[in-house]
Amino acid sequence: MLDFIASKYNYWIYIVLMMIGFYAMIGKRNLVKKIIGMNIFQTAIILYYVSTACKWGGATLPILTGGHGHGAVEHAIEVSNYINPLPHVLMLTAIVVSIATLGVALAIVIMIYRKYNTLEEDEILKAMK
Amino acid sequence: MIEQAPILIVVIPLMFSFITPLIGWWKKELCYPWVILALTLSVLCSIITLMTVLSTGVIHYRLGSWLPPWGIEYVIDYLNAPMMLLVSGIALLVAIYAKESIEQELPGKFVYFYTVFILQVTGFLGIVITGDAFNLYVFLEIASLTGYALIAVGEEGAPLASFRYVIMGTIGACFYLLGVGYLYIVTGSLNMADLAQLLPSLYGSKVVMVAFAFFMVGLAIKMALFPLHTWLPDAYTKAPSAASALLAPLMTKISIYVMIRVMFTIFQPDFSIIMTHTTDIMVWVGILAIFAGAIMALAQTDFKRMLCYIVVAEVGYMVGGVGLANTIAIKGAILHIINDAVMTLGVFAVAGIVCYRMKSHNISDFKDLFKKMPFTMTALVVAALSMIGVPPTCGFFSKWYLLQGAVVAGSWAFVVALLVSSLVNVVLFFRVFEIGYVFNESDDGHDSHAHGDEASVIDEAPLSMLIPTMIVAVGIVLIGIYNQPILINIIEHAVPKL
Repeated sequence: MLDFIASKYNYWIYIVLMMIGFYAMIGKRNLVKKIIGMNIFQTAIILYYVSTACKWGGATLPILTGGHGHGAVEHAIEVSNYINPLPHVLMLTAIVVSIATLGVALAIVIMIYRKYNTLEEDEILKAMK
Repeated sequence: MIEQAPILIVVIPLMFSFITPLIGWWKKELCYPWVILALTLSVLCSIITLMTVLSTGVIHYRLGSWLPPWGIEYVIDYLNAPMMLLVSGIALLVAIYAKESIEQELPGKFVYFYTVFILQVTGFLGIVITGDAFNLYVFLEIASLTGYALIAVGEEGAPLASFRYVIMGTIGACFYLLGVGYLYIVTGSLNMADLAQLLPSLYGSKVVMVAFAFFMVGLAIKMALFPLHTWLPDAYTKAPSAASALLAPLMTKISIYVMIRVMFTIFQPDFSIIMTHTTDIMVWVGILAIFAGAIMALAQTDFKRMLCYIVVAEVGYMVGGVGLANTIAIKGAILHIINDAVMTLGVFAVAGIVCYRMKSHNISDFKDLFKKMPFTMTALVVAALSMIGVPPTCGFFSKWYLLQGAVVAGSWAFVVALLVSSLVNVVLFFRVFEIGYVFNESDDGHDSHAHGDEASVIDEAPLSMLIPTMIVAVGIVLIGIYNQPILINIIEHAVPKL
């Protein structure tokens, strides 16, 4: 069991983080705490993607050396020497998306705060009635 | 030029949306024609693309000429070509319609509203056109983020409704993203066609099962399928009328389109139907959604809120229809996506006009309206008849195929749900009509003359709002009459091979 957890510890960390965020989004009554939970949730997914790219045994960034022009890459590329760059690139986009979501959510929270002078959901609901 | 049409459908609104604030900053009144121009061009490109698909078959458009598994590919087949025309057409009509309503509801925010509006249309078109699973996520988030913004600027209580939508929508989108991630670690591909080839050998894998579950739950949140619908009624009721006229017809329908893509393009029909029995669950959830939507719609006194619950029930129609998993039912479900988008647009457009004139959207505000706004109410009657399913309006035909499919599948509970929901729609809309026919004669007791004369004057909405609404009403009837050509030429080919 311990081996099972240790061998895939990156996934366990991502699941724990994601559940913390998920709980905050659903369980917390304060709007900013919900936003923080949302951000943890999204960051956990980013961590998951990035950790899938990892390869053990000295794999490095996929930068091909050997200069420019014809025949720049003389030897065949050994895939296991390089980490997969694609998840990182995907996550650049996902980071942008998560920042945009955070921005929109914070802007909405500011609107709510200006109107009701509180960020507690219960108090807002009371004020709306 | 013609072969670039697929990419132009998305790029034109995207570019125009960034230039819109500049144009508005320079000359405010140019903004409106500018937006109309952008969406007209988009509609033209959609028509060209649809014609090309009809004459030559599926189009593969490779962005930057990168070959599919590596580059992003736009694939336009018989399923999404009509969807694109639908999305761009509805966007154009709502853009024409929105001007007066926005100037009244959000004075001074005209330019920004249109900027976000057109960006949202970009998101919708992108979701529909793309053939890449991750690209779809990005467009899904563009459409959602702009949707949150459009809802938040609405009336009292809209920010909180929008906030809840942000939380729910983000969970949905993140689940979709996780699904893509799981498929990526087992296949190493993001292209839908490539995934479809790589996945069958991995169907036993738990990772693939979990990915499929994440896809379905994430999309169910986005489409407001019954137990996960809680964000929808508040958000669409409180949004500005123009925004709800754009969001309500499109967001849910596009999510259902994505669901069909995931079930039948990324995964093989066998996987969704036989291996995981997802379709059986979908039928039952659809039935639940239809009943829950219908019952909750009956309890509403607010017209827009009632429409929102009807949307929840309609989502149940389509999810259940896909879940019946036979050719006729799926044909009905795809036709219903088109029909439902058009008729939801019709009723929300009428709600917007009533809101424009009466400053509120309670059902009791419909008093006297058949006299005051005969054209608007005619449009409402046509759209309502279509929601109920009266021939020759389009709602009848898709409901007919759904019923036929349910009978073929032997799912009698779904038949009952469809019929009950149609009857409930009769009650819902005739209640509105009845109030509409209550004329103001009764309160003649005080200030009799002045009031009586005023009430009999036709007091229609501005033409820029009325004309799109009338076009939709005519469209509902036309789609109904020409449903056979649409079915035979387009939708028959879009139905997955089961």
